[in-house]
Amino acid sequence: MKLTRRNVLGLTVGAVAFAVAGARITPAFASVEETEKSIMDFTGGAAPAEGRITLTAPEIAENGNTVPVTVTVDSAMSGDDLVESIIIFADGNPNPAVATFHFSELSGAALATTRIRLAKTQNVVAVAKMKDGSVFIDKKQVKVTIGGCGG
Amino acid sequence: MASKPRIKVPKSASAGEVITIKTLISHEMESGQRKDKDGNPIPRQIINKFTCTFEGQMVFECDLDPAISANPYFEFNAKVPASGTFKFTWLDDNGSVYEAEESIEVN
Repeated sequence: MKLTRRNVLGLTVGAVAFAVAGARITPAFASVEETEKSIMDFTGGAAPAEGRITLTAPEIAENGNTVPVTVTVDSAMSGDDLVESIIIFADGNPNPAVATFHFSELSGAALATTRIRLAKTQNVVAVAKMKDGSVFIDKKQVKVTIGGCGG
Repeated sequence: MASKPRIKVPKSASAGEVITIKTLISHEMESGQRKDKDGNPIPRQIINKFTCTFEGQMVFECDLDPAISANPYFEFNAKVPASGTFKFTWLDDNGSVYEAEESIEVN
């Protein structure tokens, strides 16, 4: 094969496409599917609805080592209107689980703030389970400038 | 490894008031994902559970995974029915338990 301009271009495009495909085959991080599965494990198969739960996280986190997140659920926190637990996932971390909060009537309000590690830009997901069995979900994308899982 | 925790609880409240509690404990929260300079993985050592009780009744609990930042910080609410004491515990992967107490007066 002669090394014409057309041949060189064709080969380059092919090589790049191959490299990109190769890189996609082995994800080193937790996938969105794994997070979905963990959510189903938490809810016991019930599909979570949107609303009532609010997840607050920064749009851009300069330092992925400590990203403040707040989660709150609109609930009277008494009788049957009680949030039992809230679970937080980060779907781009090596392991998607972040934390599980448990509440009681003495909590007064379903609110929790903590600081989490994010390896890269990804979605943070919060799922709340109520005493009556209903589940609610909220999701925020956080752009991470410096990842928080040093290797 | 963990030093004395820092806790903020109001000194007093009215009966049934919902207060805000803030806690912070110094801990490296070694995630198990990092490697030392020879490339060997550093074993995980984190605080895996935090609990807050009021007079023996559960107020707030958290199961922690390695994605919680070093020096775990929590902010949460509590309803104060009467004067009493909040107890806080942090459980370390290595079996250690760190404890603290704060009292509150209802007037």
